[in-house]
Amino acid sequence: MVSEGKFGKFGGMFAPEILVPSLKELDAAFKRFCSDENSKKELEYYLTEFAGRETPLYFCSNLSREYGCKIYLKREDLVHGGAHKLNNTLGQALLAKYMGKTRLIAETGAGQHGIATAIAGASLGMKVDVYMGSVDMERQRLNVFRMKLMGANVIPVETGSRTLKDAINEAMRDWITNVESTYYLIGSVVGPHPYPVIVREFQRVIGKETRRQILESEGKLPDAIVACVGGGSNAIGIFYDFLKDMNVNLIGVEAAGEGLDTEMHSASCCMGTDGVLHGAFTKILQDDDGQIKTSHSVAPGLDYPGVGPEHVYLQEQGRVNYVAVDDSETLDAFEILCKKEGILPALESAHALAHALKIADEFKDGIIVVNLSGRGDKDVETFAAKRGVLV
Amino acid sequence: MSEVRVLLAALGFACMSIKETFEKLEGKGALIGYITCGDPNLEMSLKITKEVARGVDILELGIPFSDPIADGATIQAASDRALKAGIRVDDCFRIASEIEGTPKVFMTYYNLVLQRGIDKFLSDCVDAGVSGLIAPDIPIEESDDLLRASEEYGVDLIFVVAPTTDDARMNRIIEHTKGFLYVVSHLGVTGAKDSLYEGTINFIQHVKTVADNRIPIAVGFGISTPEQVENIIKAGADGAIVGSAIINLVSEGMDDEGDFKRLRDFLKSLREAAHRA
Ligand SMILES: Cc1ncc(COP(=O)(O)O)c(C=O)c1O
Repeated sequence: MVSEGKFGKFGGMFAPEILVPSLKELDAAFKRFCSDENSKKELEYYLTEFAGRETPLYFCSNLSREYGCKIYLKREDLVHGGAHKLNNTLGQALLAKYMGKTRLIAETGAGQHGIATAIAGASLGMKVDVYMGSVDMERQRLNVFRMKLMGANVIPVETGSRTLKDAINEAMRDWITNVESTYYLIGSVVGPHPYPVIVREFQRVIGKETRRQILESEGKLPDAIVACVGGGSNAIGIFYDFLKDMNVNLIGVEAAGEGLDTEMHSASCCMGTDGVLHGAFTKILQDDDGQIKTSHSVAPGLDYPGVGPEHVYLQEQGRVNYVAVDDSETLDAFEILCKKEGILPALESAHALAHALKIADEFKDGIIVVNLSGRGDKDVETFAAKRGVLV
Repeated sequence: MSEVRVLLAALGFACMSIKETFEKLEGKGALIGYITCGDPNLEMSLKITKEVARGVDILELGIPFSDPIADGATIQAASDRALKAGIRVDDCFRIASEIEGTPKVFMTYYNLVLQRGIDKFLSDCVDAGVSGLIAPDIPIEESDDLLRASEEYGVDLIFVVAPTTDDARMNRIIEHTKGFLYVVSHLGVTGAKDSLYEGTINFIQHVKTVADNRIPIAVGFGISTPEQVENIIKAGADGAIVGSAIINLVSEGMDDEGDFKRLRDFLKSLREAAHRA
């Protein structure tokens, strides 16, 4: 039997039979959508006029002076909604409409994907239900309210670890039940085929712009591109159009949480083992029976015990290097960017920045691009609490 | 050990196969009862499972998984209780090996099979007298490794069809499934429902026509009363699968003989309904 959607041996379609015909239909519809001129134009219109693309590739003069190399930020924090997530949700919501679906469902961890789905739904006139673990709802209260303001219904998930992985479980159960009317708008390059491909294609705009922009400002490609990896959508989005440029170091930064030598991390590429989670064969955090472990990160958007299958493939190929940065290094980088450049990064993105600052020495006088995947308004409370400040 | 069992199985000495079980019922419907291994703990689970085994034609043993996406609230909760009690996959094989006289199949998610190793999982099935495996997250497209190994070990790999499965696909699934075909009664996850969904009866009749007696068909998801069992068997199903309703009863507490009698009576009413139709 032919299996589709593999990256080497990773990926695939490990889904309940109810969903398989729908996944195949989605795959076919996505291919049609991509070659449909009207759809392409419509997406471009929304990305430009609504989302605010293209986003700047900003040269951080203060940090660059201090760290001895040119540090650029790809400013996905300036995308409408505050993160790269809208690139994907606009694309998929238009695809859903193209397929005649009337209802969007999504999972969310940090709330950023939930907000981006709510925004896309409000703007395109579609009903939105968002599943969110009750632990995440508590630590991202502001985002819960923002979703509701945009007309989305937020459904608390009380099962398992009550975080992102459980929200995905619930969203899948909803999709299984309402597959005919509902479009499952997944938030990262995870899940069964064709999702890892669909989400990657909608996020590639980040890398395409970056390539054009760096060639304009520097006349050459960067020495390194650094991006944080939760499921891996902002990372694959910026990496993909540089995969063939072997002189560009591509570095994915996972969350080491309280340390890779503890159980409290989310570093699936660095510490995981092969297994099947949420429809894909990939690397996951699991015990020796195969039960999925609870992950941890101060950044809720990275708090997931799996990773997109294409990343595991790129790691196996040796094309992308995966590393991990812990909570405390992240909080430091968060503060540094605020103080030195006047930019408030999401805690997720601060992982990438922390690593870039760490390796700046290796790239003396070189160019490092950091994908600043989101802005940190949502994280101010967490940061304050970690630093023992009352706000 | 496993070589001996394979040999015995090949010679027809081991416990009755799924196919033979359906044949021996001679057209009467089979009651297939599901229970989650290790719920609420190993000791109680063993007692409960033995009771369920005595009351059904085929026993479906769930190996609890941390992220059961095809299961509704009841089986999720049962899996959670079992995992919180520290149940390991090894314990599930131990429970299975203690059940004798009733044909057994495992139902679990693919990751648990993968981590044990496909070959080891299946050879342990043979050792524990488990004749089949249902993995709800393995569609035929991803099943090559499992199919090869299940044939080698003589463990029936049981595939699922759903109302979204078209006829061409259904035919391919029927060609691959062994033991029986698992028919998902409606679009949704597992969980007891008060009444059958509109469309379930038609769907069963349709699957029966496509299957054309090539393989027994058993219907599950949402079936919880003798009346529902009777209706789906009358519609042409060869078996009815009841899970969440059994777990709901059991999770109210199995403290004394009275509780076990209630379980026994419930299974008896389901089984009579299956055999009557
Ligand atoms: C700002 C931001 N960056 C990164 C991520 C991680 O997701 P991914 O790895 O798919 O980019 C999230 C997820 O919520 C996020 O909100």
